[in-house]
Amino acid sequence: MAATRLPRRQMVSEAQIWEWLAEVPDPEIPVISVTELGIVRDVAFDGPELVVTVTPTYSGCPATSVINFEIEKKLREKGVGKLRLERRLDPPWTTDWIAPEAREKLRAYGIAPPIDGTRAEGVVAGRIKRLNGAALVVPCPRCGSENTQKVSQFGSTPCKAAYQCRDCLEPFDYFKCI
Amino acid sequence: MALAALDLDQALFEGLCRLGDSTLVLGHRVSEWCGHAPVLEEDIALANVALDLIGQTQMWLGLAGEVEGKGRDADTLAFRRDVWDFRNLLLVERPNGDFGHTLMRQFLFDAWHQPMLKALEGSGDARIAEIAAKAGKEVAYHLERSADLVIRLGDGTTESHQRMQTALDKLWPYTGEMMMADATDQALAGAGIIAAPDSLRPAWDALVGEVLTEATLKPPEGRYMHKGGKQGTHSEHLGHMLTEMQWLQRAYPDAKW
Repeated sequence: MAATRLPRRQMVSEAQIWEWLAEVPDPEIPVISVTELGIVRDVAFDGPELVVTVTPTYSGCPATSVINFEIEKKLREKGVGKLRLERRLDPPWTTDWIAPEAREKLRAYGIAPPIDGTRAEGVVAGRIKRLNGAALVVPCPRCGSENTQKVSQFGSTPCKAAYQCRDCLEPFDYFKCI
Repeated sequence: MALAALDLDQALFEGLCRLGDSTLVLGHRVSEWCGHAPVLEEDIALANVALDLIGQTQMWLGLAGEVEGKGRDADTLAFRRDVWDFRNLLLVERPNGDFGHTLMRQFLFDAWHQPMLKALEGSGDARIAEIAAKAGKEVAYHLERSADLVIRLGDGTTESHQRMQTALDKLWPYTGEMMMADATDQALAGAGIIAAPDSLRPAWDALVGEVLTEATLKPPEGRYMHKGGKQGTHSEHLGHMLTEMQWLQRAYPDAKW
């Protein structure tokens, strides 16, 4: 692939870098980009060097290194010479950062988008409340029915839970809140 | 003063190995289920939990290597140390046993892990606080699952109840170590880096008590608690686990693919 190197003195704006990054798809969920996922935290120039700061979704997510590779590949293709990728943990990634328009893309792709404010508290009170009927309702991304059930808290990737629709009977992924 | 700082760095390295080795050993144990769980969904759930724990290990042991300053990274610490250098809790090196035994071990650990990380979010060391905040979000889901399954299996059939009670009886004597402090813990707690281990006792007791009651399970009467994992005295089981886990790096050091 012939990478066109940028002319030596040409300054690229940070806005331009963001636009290029918006073309990098998430490797697991290719309908949304890494910027829509909210994992690119910062783009800045440190002198002549471009520094892109990325935060992981889940600490053990195998896609993290692929994402870094794809980001580097895209920017190299665009002619960025000096590039550094940095990891930032604080503040930790939250599904709240997934862009509103990306949620519709998730739904259209068959993944129920996260329902904000439903993070696992991991405390007995929250669990008992759910057992007593205050269960989270996740509408089916295919038929829209709210008659769905959780099959497992853990799905095909670390960020998803497995659900099934009781009406259309389709199994589907739910992008769980963290 | 310089000596005190050196001692604190040594304690910090030890403390980080305790965190990272516990997540590493439990992560590896849980990953042993991959492809063997009773149902597909549980197989996937176990693999996901293992993945989170290994990810957290990379952060803890990565920081441990940085603090130590001898050029060892997370992989070197994981694959090039022998049993006596591991600082994990004895609970997590217990063999998997049956599915119920694995879940009981997970629950007893999660019930400590979650409040422990919550407390670490207030650590005076910002590097520790940020890892704890990240890991805590994942562990909240681990605890939710393990607590739910302990209840469902404990308060389930006669067979599942019996298996869960047996698992609890066997694992209970390994739970005390989580809340027991030694000089390293005291030094770190005194410096505001970690929460004193015994300060986590009330939260653990309350959560475990509530879930076990709902699961119709009873902790055994005996008070004896094993200890030594955090100081490097391990059961025979860990050596066997490391033999398998470290085999490739031992046979082909620095192998890359």
